[in-house]
Amino acid sequence: MISVQSEDFSLEQEYQKLRTEAGDAGAIVTFTGIVRKLYDGSGDTSGTAETDTLYLEHYPGMTETSLANIVSAAEKKWALLAVRVIHRVGELKPKEQIVFVGTASGHRQDAFDAAQFIMDFLKSRAPFWKKQSAGKDSHWVDARVSDAEALARWQDS
Amino acid sequence: MLTIHYFASVREAVKRSKEKLELPENVANIGDLIEHLLLLHPHFEAIFQDDRKILIAVNQTVVDKTQALDPGDEIAFFPPMTGG
Repeated sequence: MISVQSEDFSLEQEYQKLRTEAGDAGAIVTFTGIVRKLYDGSGDTSGTAETDTLYLEHYPGMTETSLANIVSAAEKKWALLAVRVIHRVGELKPKEQIVFVGTASGHRQDAFDAAQFIMDFLKSRAPFWKKQSAGKDSHWVDARVSDAEALARWQDS
Repeated sequence: MLTIHYFASVREAVKRSKEKLELPENVANIGDLIEHLLLLHPHFEAIFQDDRKILIAVNQTVVDKTQALDPGDEIAFFPPMTGG
């Protein structure tokens, strides 16, 4: 199941829902992404900047379709019993939860690999954009070279 | 009628989030549409001159400039995605 929402989520509730939905799962992997105060420069800029607010824009409709396609691709590669993806949009502050991926499978390797795969693709194949603000300054976050490299490792597998 | 969406840094550069346009007769694909938009809105030049800054979607699927267009298509221009 996929949700794009402004509200926060509860790790405990999402984990319990995965346990219920996954039946005889032997492994559940959960990943939570958190907004950082210190934001590393992108591939093109060096140094770090402080963040007061992170604004998440997205493309309603295409976002949900893109996430569903990523989840389908993971379900074809690994034997998954349940998958949950939540991505928050709108204004977020440092330390807030921004993204959740949960995967359930019979054995741990499928759940670990699928969670990584979904996160890697979600970073640069789902239409989300981050704008970082500190005081009066704000700028759109550049795509990272390392995110493209993270995708490349799945090409041969 | 084409619907064109602009997102994030592209939306700010072109100073609009959406516009509707009759598909002009001389516009067969996305490359033609970009040329047409540059004539309509000269200030688009700043963001559209650098291909690396812009991704294109037609009917919510990422495509390239050779993508053919039909009346009624939903088009979107946006920067590389930065989710997660």
